[in-house]
Amino acid sequence: MQVYLDNNATTMVDPSVTEAMIPFFSEIYGNPNSLHRFGTASHPAITKAINQMYKAIGANDKDDIVFTSCATEANNWVLQSVWIDKILHGEKNHIVTTEIEHPSVLSTCKFLEDMGVKVTYLPVNDQGIVEAHTVRAFITEKTALVSIMWANNETGMIFPIQEIGEICKEKGVLFHTDGVQAVGKIPVNMQEVHVDFMSMSAHKFHGPKGIGALYIRNSQKLTPMLHGGDQMGGRRSGTLNVPYIVGMGLAAQIATTNIEEKMENIRAKRDRLEDALLGSLSDVFTVGDRANRTPNTILISIRGVEGEGMLWDLNNALIGASTGSACASEDLEANSVMLAIGADNELAHTGIRLSLSRFTTDEEIDYVIERFESAVKRLRAISSSYAIVQPTAGGATLACHIHH
Amino acid sequence: MAKNDLLGGSLWDQYSNKVTTLMNNPNNQGEITQEECDAAGHTLIVADFGAESCGDAVRLYWEVDPASDTIVASKFKSFGCGTAIASSDMMAELCIGKTVQQAVKITNIDVEMSLRDDPETPAVPPQKMHCSVMAYDVIKKAAGLYLGVDEASFEDEIIVCECARVSLGTLREVIKLNDLKSIEQITDYTKAGGFCKSCIKPGGHEAREYYLVDILADVRREMDVEKMQASADAGIHGDFETMTLVQKIKAIDATIDESVRQFLIMDGGNVEIIDVKDSPEYIDIYIRYLGACNGCASSSTGTLYAIEATLKEKLSSKIRVLPI
Repeated sequence: MQVYLDNNATTMVDPSVTEAMIPFFSEIYGNPNSLHRFGTASHPAITKAINQMYKAIGANDKDDIVFTSCATEANNWVLQSVWIDKILHGEKNHIVTTEIEHPSVLSTCKFLEDMGVKVTYLPVNDQGIVEAHTVRAFITEKTALVSIMWANNETGMIFPIQEIGEICKEKGVLFHTDGVQAVGKIPVNMQEVHVDFMSMSAHKFHGPKGIGALYIRNSQKLTPMLHGGDQMGGRRSGTLNVPYIVGMGLAAQIATTNIEEKMENIRAKRDRLEDALLGSLSDVFTVGDRANRTPNTILISIRGVEGEGMLWDLNNALIGASTGSACASEDLEANSVMLAIGADNELAHTGIRLSLSRFTTDEEIDYVIERFESAVKRLRAISSSYAIVQPTAGGATLACHIHH
Repeated sequence: MAKNDLLGGSLWDQYSNKVTTLMNNPNNQGEITQEECDAAGHTLIVADFGAESCGDAVRLYWEVDPASDTIVASKFKSFGCGTAIASSDMMAELCIGKTVQQAVKITNIDVEMSLRDDPETPAVPPQKMHCSVMAYDVIKKAAGLYLGVDEASFEDEIIVCECARVSLGTLREVIKLNDLKSIEQITDYTKAGGFCKSCIKPGGHEAREYYLVDILADVRREMDVEKMQASADAGIHGDFETMTLVQKIKAIDATIDESVRQFLIMDGGNVEIIDVKDSPEYIDIYIRYLGACNGCASSSTGTLYAIEATLKEKLSSKIRVLPI
């Protein structure tokens, strides 16, 4: 058996989505901007996908949902264009975000700092979320934008988007949320929150990679990032990626139809897995209150077992998971989310993320419980944290020489 | 960045088969107890390096025969990633049968070389070289404990990059000899900074005593001082055209002092340099005559030609002297 539990990184494309996309490669391939029948043949399918997107997130017809190449593009677009519109060509000079955003937000903020923008990176509490009153405290008269994710990729923790939205509305500050880990996992309804911009990504909800979208409330001003042939009403140029738009629309529709039921189904499996691991293993803890977490995510810390080593053993058992451990990264930098939540830095080295999907089965959960426990057993048998013989006098470690 | 960097390689695919095998089944994993050592009349040494909160930790066990200082058994425990476990295992393996004095000469490079499948291909990707450094550090600590000396005494030079074992002395020399100007060049020439990158600048994976950025800045500063010193020493004999403005004025003054000024002073005059202007074709030296020279007929003819000829000969053929 092989089990994929890395669905916060990417998901399998739902086979029915793949099937719906196929005609738009070699059969209905015209450019939707062309006047002839080849071009217009794709219009009904694109219209359908647009309707599916609007319904999936409860957008109003006065709002825009603009397809992009990915959520990274959507995040860059909002941050860079708000900078152009409100800071370069306006009176503002400040952006508020959090220290645990996705790199596409954090790196863009760093770039804007180099351009002279003041950026506040809000800290998270021990639950890994930013509290609404913290956001209120840091908004100034110069604040152009607040950018805070709806749910975190590492922990699954859900941020108080409704409260933050109200604060931004009251203060007259634009509010962007990176909704990548929320859309398709939990109910997202733009009628119930005051959000100006929201980024989305199809491949996080069983759609294809290479397509995302940006929701823009009331079709408000946001200078385009991609200039060109004025597709998408001039908001985002580039020939429409018809098969991927069709795929994203259908994937969004499937993920959000009866979402409560789907969530319960995933949550039951997730809770069973989490309870089993917490029950059978000593010295382990999970991050964040389950009730306020996306129903598919577990971030578990296992004392004495380094994250990459654990990932290695899980991989040998044909289980795909994820770790924020510095050792597993290209640059040896510990994951900023893990460091921000803290827990004596242990989490930064021992955290394993298991993220389920609606395709995860009970048999897979049983298998993972068994193999996870045997991996922990093997690695703890090797671990110096569980050694019995103590160091010779003078042989203990006095100070940590490593930063992260 | 180039074609091969577009898709970053998989970390794990770059591990040698030996690393993979030892990670899955380490041979020397385990502990040695005091009882076992007492029974054989041997000495038990247990040394730790790192800690779980640091992200890496290793504990090394030696059973040493005090009659010959020979390590008869060596085991390890490790909180670490796959390469840390494999490196620790190879380190313990390399210790067995050696005397403590021999073992302390084992470096992280030896450990990494022993983990290679073939001598030309590194056993681990660059950022993982760091894991074998712990093996080296913990051996020094164990040897220090056994011999009752400070572990620092085993190191006869300051190592700046532990992964590539490049010393401060080597770095300084290579920067100077090759006129290196960037960290990338240092890495190309010495491999220092090419692995875990901790030694490049503060804030990396591990805190270091010396950083390449500081060493480079220091050496460059010294080189600049030396260069200035050299041109000052060389005085008028230096390469005039590449001198800075101040150096040029000094060299001109020195040349005039040497060959012209004494004659002007004898006649109750003098000359001062007002400015020097460089162009691709000419170096124009603006001078002002003082005292008796001011208004002297020869000052725009004979004296001027003499000054210009001397400066042209001694400093540069591009020189023109313009009195104002």
